[in-house]
Amino acid sequence: MTSHAAASSGDRPEAAAESGGAGRAEPDSATSGSAKTGRLEVPGYVRDHDVHPPMDYPGYRSTALRHPGRALKLLPHLLTEVTGPVLGEDRIGELDHDLTRQHDGEPQGQRIVVHGQVRDSDGRPVPHTLVEIWQANAGGRYRHVMDNWPCPLDPNFTGVGRTLTDAEGRYRFVTIQPGAYPWKNHDNAWRPAHIHFSLFGQAFTQRLVTQMYFPGDPLFFQDPMWNSIPDEKARERLVARFDYADTVPEWALAYEWDIVLRGREATVFESEEDDE
Amino acid sequence: MTKQSTPATGTDIGTTPSQTVGPYLHIGLPWPDGPFAVEEGTPEGVWIRGTLYDGAGQPITDGLVETWQADPDGRFDHPDDPRGAVSRPGFRGFGRCPTDGGGEYGIFTLKPGPVPGPDGPQAPHIDVSVFARGMLHRTVTRIYFPDEAQANAADPVLGGIDDPAARATLIARPDPDSGGYRFDIRLQGEDETVFFDI
Repeated sequence: MTSHAAASSGDRPEAAAESGGAGRAEPDSATSGSAKTGRLEVPGYVRDHDVHPPMDYPGYRSTALRHPGRALKLLPHLLTEVTGPVLGEDRIGELDHDLTRQHDGEPQGQRIVVHGQVRDSDGRPVPHTLVEIWQANAGGRYRHVMDNWPCPLDPNFTGVGRTLTDAEGRYRFVTIQPGAYPWKNHDNAWRPAHIHFSLFGQAFTQRLVTQMYFPGDPLFFQDPMWNSIPDEKARERLVARFDYADTVPEWALAYEWDIVLRGREATVFESEEDDE
Repeated sequence: MTKQSTPATGTDIGTTPSQTVGPYLHIGLPWPDGPFAVEEGTPEGVWIRGTLYDGAGQPITDGLVETWQADPDGRFDHPDDPRGAVSRPGFRGFGRCPTDGGGEYGIFTLKPGPVPGPDGPQAPHIDVSVFARGMLHRTVTRIYFPDEAQANAADPVLGGIDDPAARATLIARPDPDSGGYRFDIRLQGEDETVFFDI
């Protein structure tokens, strides 16, 4: 098997060849580690920065004082980066996935089911990972002390949801179609309706906070968050698909939105003294 | 250390782009026990506190700091660390704290041990994600410890930073008030924290 440096190995000098030579695992089993051979074998993750918005984006004024000015240093994917918090069932309450049942009464607005699959960019499902959402109510107002846009708060809507993906990486929320709202970024600025999503994946490298949008929103053209994503195809990946098949008759509309986290790439072999 | 490419196994689909957490992250992200990477009151626990500053030197009051780290034996409670964690009751390794009205965050944790690296141990460190309104993507940095001079000098990540002043931004200060540490994060400016392309 040929040993060569991966494209992402960065500015660190690579060893000419692996030390020893025994005990090399096949790629399929490489991530399981091999304490017996005295080595740690950990995965690397695809660097995907060309997908994400730049940290400095003049259209979104608040980035001006909140982006690093110096070039980022390349961080090799070592043990800390390829591991991450394993957050389980104990973080999830019984009604956390259903934002329409968290209060005594029903919230105002159109009920929607939002569901999809979390995968990595190699197509592998990401099972049993925590998905958190937060959003405005049907009128576009957040239950937050700093949100003073004059639209009523809904006493029956908090706007917070949590769930774990299942063994196939699937998640499902029941919520209310959020409203658009004005903000002061530019002249007559309105945020398109959106739901905030937070995902951990299986490694620190996969952590993602993003927003889901709705198809055909007329406000995209003037929204700097939307426009900050350089690649139009990547931008479109933030838009959910109306899913007639999953609507609940006489009860709820449905949207499907798949989320793709960074995939694994080269396998990194780390020397370690055998302490077994 | 050597690397070896593994063949792509799937369809090579594009990843989902990042978006800002916005100003209302307090609705969905903080947890009551978020700042406790180890259970409150654990005897060897230490507070790591610091302030998040913007490019004008103003504290950022709508930010969120998350931390991830090894246990005191340098091990991770995660399937991709084949050594496994050493049992530390209540140790989660993960901390999450929104910044307060003064831009300050705090994480209560156990100091991590040295972690294996490419050519020897990495100095004890904590990986940090910073989120805030005005940030379209998280930034990533690392916290190192002031009482680990020798390990820090040999650390492969710190060693990759040539400018001593920049390197110093990654090393926490002792906090005389709590007996723990302070680690301020400056997003921009002359004394800007070193951030990593992860």
